[in-house]
Amino acid sequence: MSIDKNQVKKVAKLSRISLDDSKLESLSKDLASILNFVEQLNKLDTKKTEPLSSVVDKTLEPRIDKINDGKIKKEILKNSPDKNEDFFIVPKVVE
Amino acid sequence: MSDFNKSSLSEIVNLIKSKKVSSSEITSHYIKNIEKGKKLNSFITTCFEEALKKAKEFDNKKNFNGLLPGVPLAVKDLFCTKNVKTTAGSKILENFIPTYESSVTHNLWSEGAILLGKLNCDEFAMGSSNETSYFGNVINPIGKDLVPGGSSGGSASALAANLTPATIGTDTGGSIRQPASFTGTVGLKPTYGLCSRWGIVAFASSLDQAGPMTKNVEDCALLLEAMSGYDGKDSTSINKKKEKYSKNLNQKVKGLKIGIPKEYRIENMPKEIDSLWKKGIDILKKSGAKIIDISLPHTKYALSTYYIVAPAEASSNLARYDGVKYGYRSNKGKNLIEMYENTRGEGFGDEVKRRVLIGTYVLSSGYYDAYYLKAQKVRRLIKNDFDKCFKSVDAILTPSTPSSAFKIGEKTNDPISMYLNDIFTVPVNLAGIPAISIPAGQDNKGHPLGLQLISKALDEQKILNIAFAMEKSIAFKQSLNRWWE
Repeated sequence: MSIDKNQVKKVAKLSRISLDDSKLESLSKDLASILNFVEQLNKLDTKKTEPLSSVVDKTLEPRIDKINDGKIKKEILKNSPDKNEDFFIVPKVVE
Repeated sequence: MSDFNKSSLSEIVNLIKSKKVSSSEITSHYIKNIEKGKKLNSFITTCFEEALKKAKEFDNKKNFNGLLPGVPLAVKDLFCTKNVKTTAGSKILENFIPTYESSVTHNLWSEGAILLGKLNCDEFAMGSSNETSYFGNVINPIGKDLVPGGSSGGSASALAANLTPATIGTDTGGSIRQPASFTGTVGLKPTYGLCSRWGIVAFASSLDQAGPMTKNVEDCALLLEAMSGYDGKDSTSINKKKEKYSKNLNQKVKGLKIGIPKEYRIENMPKEIDSLWKKGIDILKKSGAKIIDISLPHTKYALSTYYIVAPAEASSNLARYDGVKYGYRSNKGKNLIEMYENTRGEGFGDEVKRRVLIGTYVLSSGYYDAYYLKAQKVRRLIKNDFDKCFKSVDAILTPSTPSSAFKIGEKTNDPISMYLNDIFTVPVNLAGIPAISIPAGQDNKGHPLGLQLISKALDEQKILNIAFAMEKSIAFKQSLNRWWE
């Protein structure tokens, strides 16, 4: 499996991570070596195997639909890099 | 004042309980050690004033209960601590001050423990050498040029150097057991769901588990007892009665069946690791255990499976770092999307970027089935291997790591050679079962090496007991000349 610079750029876009062009070369090399490494799984026949997404053998427990905390607006906003009264501030989205 | 550097956590608990020393004395002792241990770079944040205040409050109390009365402890900087900065070793959380407490640390404070500070770790726990932290490398007290392992590297270093009497870490693919092995300490990764994940900075949610790191097995049982327990705030928390690991600790090994998996005898394994393993087998034989050869045929696929599942989950978990609600925000970018991209580009380090990119790639349209779904299927095969073996054995003995602590910078240029460190620890996380690493010997350079005991889910007491018996026979000794002071 090889992964070229354009593919790395595409994945970086999907991941919302800006990358320096100078790093693309070494990153695509790293990613290719990791993908090559994991490729060995294809040697295994898993046609009859069910995927395992959780090792905990239980279904999610329902809980009573009741607010058990809340009124923590101040705390929630405390760590925001930019806020105004009750709102998070972000760069302009709509022209 | 007696030399607390030789005291275990359990001994300190007894000294405080019997009022032979005060919490303030013990706390001051560790604060001094931390101040003298700056060269190790094991701490990101210290909270000395608050710790001394709490110790004094404790000393003024007439009655106290709890497993850790007035005991000062430092914890990995992946646990959210209320009003104390929590960075996960990342620039993106450099100034994050949680307004809530993780359930596991909450449990420790409820048992009487006092927070000393927050310990360095690989960025978002992604690493095996503590070289990916934004706050710099951590040094192994065993040697100036050695890594302490990772990702709980600060925890292991601080513990081995006696900057904290015990500590807690997290283990997603070996992040407690590998650094424990590299520093001559004890580390346990509990059954998935035994300790709450609530309030721990998430890496790979189906694998992450918090666990104790201690000087000996008795301390390990005590700390596990204190930190574990059901938590309704974690949807995968196991609802069962709390175990009394320390009270039930014994050295009865006679008649137990111990499996030795042939697949762990990997190619090019150093002779020293092999002879350490044999030594462990001999000790168990002498104690009356029955040694049984077993096979875990899918072991060789575990690392590949892990390096699909863990990055995939990480790429989803780390989507929350968007520079809006908390954490670092870049001031570059013309619009919202560019702000996101620059925030994450500037805020994440190289290894985190690599893993988020890999994770995004294996989850992206057209590749999901070939990578992610395939890995989940192989994960089932790996778990089935263990399930099958535990029908005929009580526990499995393996080496903890394929080598002793390596040099700083030795493996940073090749991600795969770094990943290979976790070859013996990763399968356990994929299967969700518990494992403990105990120091078992030294290599020819005098660097510690660990052995790992694995059991089926929720059988922590059994591996603690076997480890307790082995610890006595091994009588591991490590004397450090405190060169960092």
